[in-house]
Amino acid sequence: MNEMVDVLIIGSGASGAAVAWSLAETKMRILCLEQGDWMKQSDFPSNGRDWEARRFSDFDVSPNRRARPTDYPVNDQNSLMKVANFNGVGGGTILYTAHFPRMHPSDFRVRSLDGVADDWPIDYTDLEPFFTENDRMMGVSGLAGDPAYPPRQPPMPPLPLGKTGTRYAKAMNKLGWHWWPSDSTIATTEYDGRAPCINLGHCTPGCAQGAKASTDITYWPHAIRAGVELRTRCRVREITTNEHGMAAGAIYYDGDGVEQFQPAEVVILACNGIGTPRLLLNSASSRFPDGLANSSGLVGKNLMLHPWPQVRGYIDERVDGDRAPMLTLWSKEFYETDPTRDFVRGYTLQFARGTGVVNEAITSADAGLLPWGKDHHRVYRDLLYKRLQIGIACEDLPEEHNRVTLDPVLKDSSGIPAPRIDYTISENTRRMMEHGIARATEILTAAGATNHYTSRTILNSPGHLLGTARMGTDPERSVVNEWGRSHDVKNLFIVDGSIWVTSGGVNPTSTIQALALYIADSIKQRLATLFD
Amino acid sequence: MRNDPEMTLSPAEVRDLRCVAGMMVPASEEFGVPGADDAAIFADIIASIGRDFDSVRQALGALAALSSGQAFADLDETRRDMVAGAFQAQGGVVLATLTRVILQCYYRDDRVVRSLGLEPRPPFPKGHTLEQGDWSLLDPVRTRPKMWRDVPPR
Repeated sequence: MNEMVDVLIIGSGASGAAVAWSLAETKMRILCLEQGDWMKQSDFPSNGRDWEARRFSDFDVSPNRRARPTDYPVNDQNSLMKVANFNGVGGGTILYTAHFPRMHPSDFRVRSLDGVADDWPIDYTDLEPFFTENDRMMGVSGLAGDPAYPPRQPPMPPLPLGKTGTRYAKAMNKLGWHWWPSDSTIATTEYDGRAPCINLGHCTPGCAQGAKASTDITYWPHAIRAGVELRTRCRVREITTNEHGMAAGAIYYDGDGVEQFQPAEVVILACNGIGTPRLLLNSASSRFPDGLANSSGLVGKNLMLHPWPQVRGYIDERVDGDRAPMLTLWSKEFYETDPTRDFVRGYTLQFARGTGVVNEAITSADAGLLPWGKDHHRVYRDLLYKRLQIGIACEDLPEEHNRVTLDPVLKDSSGIPAPRIDYTISENTRRMMEHGIARATEILTAAGATNHYTSRTILNSPGHLLGTARMGTDPERSVVNEWGRSHDVKNLFIVDGSIWVTSGGVNPTSTIQALALYIADSIKQRLATLFD
Repeated sequence: MRNDPEMTLSPAEVRDLRCVAGMMVPASEEFGVPGADDAAIFADIIASIGRDFDSVRQALGALAALSSGQAFADLDETRRDMVAGAFQAQGGVVLATLTRVILQCYYRDDRVVRSLGLEPRPPFPKGHTLEQGDWSLLDPVRTRPKMWRDVPPR
């Protein structure tokens, strides 16, 4: 049997890495189990000529298509939006765009402000010092002074506007609408051992330059130097409990497929909004017949995925395309609730630079813009590097029928029941999507773009997996308390996106990590009375 | 493509695939580019089918079904155009997959990339240059009043 550890963290992604690093200063014995491998920058697609094609194979965002040995399948047939994730050291931060907006203060108080969903048990001000700490650890590039946010000071200058950003900026000024350079975790200067961005363009499937922050190159080197152990190729099957109803440790399969038991004093789950409820439900026992930490019945419920329509158009000049990070600007013009609209809450507009040579061909053919035959070449040359594309990051409100359960048939390669998701887009969100699509179309028109094309749901969700083990003060209406501890199991914590009460209209990684640091800090402050 | 015989296209399927690739992206003297049925590009397509094998085979099956018993590649030009048009009108995942499998190889061929005015190379290590842009464009936004909502005290 493995030796007892003080803290067992399951998952090494955005939140697992942050909590490991923060707790390391306690000098407790901390172990993290990760089902994937360490990634190598030399393996990332932008090293080779097939870089675009690999986004449809071993670096696809869908675990079902990627199907690495380290992945687990997800039954997402009953959802228009599909699951995106990555399993490896760094988790989803390996395969994200590095867009790094924070939640807004209003996002934590939607019941009080707008009469929908529930308030969070904490506020923006509770997280503010941890946002700042996380910005420093991940290395955020951005610009202070955005009127859409309380004051903040990103540690690096923003990504350049470029030709595409300039085109958007002029259009937004013409309309008189808010825009600001996006916060991103792409280094614009040398930072904590990372080289600055050299505009490889293909940031999402891993950065060969190492300019994009993923936790394998940000938090983990610091955490490991501070004494945290990270064990890869360890796929956890279940959390076990003892006669006192406390978590005893985890049963996992090691890299050779051998079943192991890892005892622990404290267990912290950091497996994302799909993996965490899957593990809790797979940990059902005679003591916890409905799954671990599930006396509320809410484990797996209230799944939020951020519907994300995209509108694109084409202008009369070549702009940046994929020859720079995809990120340019954001707009918060329509973020806060406006009672004159037919929906509550709001969305962020995200302005992308364009796309690559192969992807332009594929997506334009899919959209019916690119014909077969002799006209193919002429039409293609009218499209290449002329694309403007705006994404609409819609707030997804919690609904219990959107959920994660265990699939009765599907299993991963270790024989562990796989997750199934059932998800529909709400009427409020649909109205929000249409509003956003209309505004994005106005912006494209103002920018001189024609040939507009709208994707109401992109094939894979943005990989924002939220809400399935929500936090709250009422044990009947939440899974964990206001500092991440299970109401039912006093030495079990959850730090990933599953504890979100609502989703905001932003990419979640910044807030997930700030929340993980906040929970780690809460644990450190309560060490003597942690299980009371 | 895997060596598993069950994961290998038959000679007839290969011929149909090459035919449809050439119809999708024909060679062009005007633009100085080969078609997707060019020997080197088509070899890349065949070698890269990989996890799309089942969908490609389904796509070729759909073309065969529309060809009413004749091999798609053996149809006369008029009939082939009609079948290809009907196949495109059906749409769906198999069409999208077949299109992707062909285009992802076509648009990484050195000759094609050069014809677009680009250098045939991977992004790393050379990267690209991105102009800073004119940040004074942000001036009207900087002067806006705060936009975030205050929240009531608990």
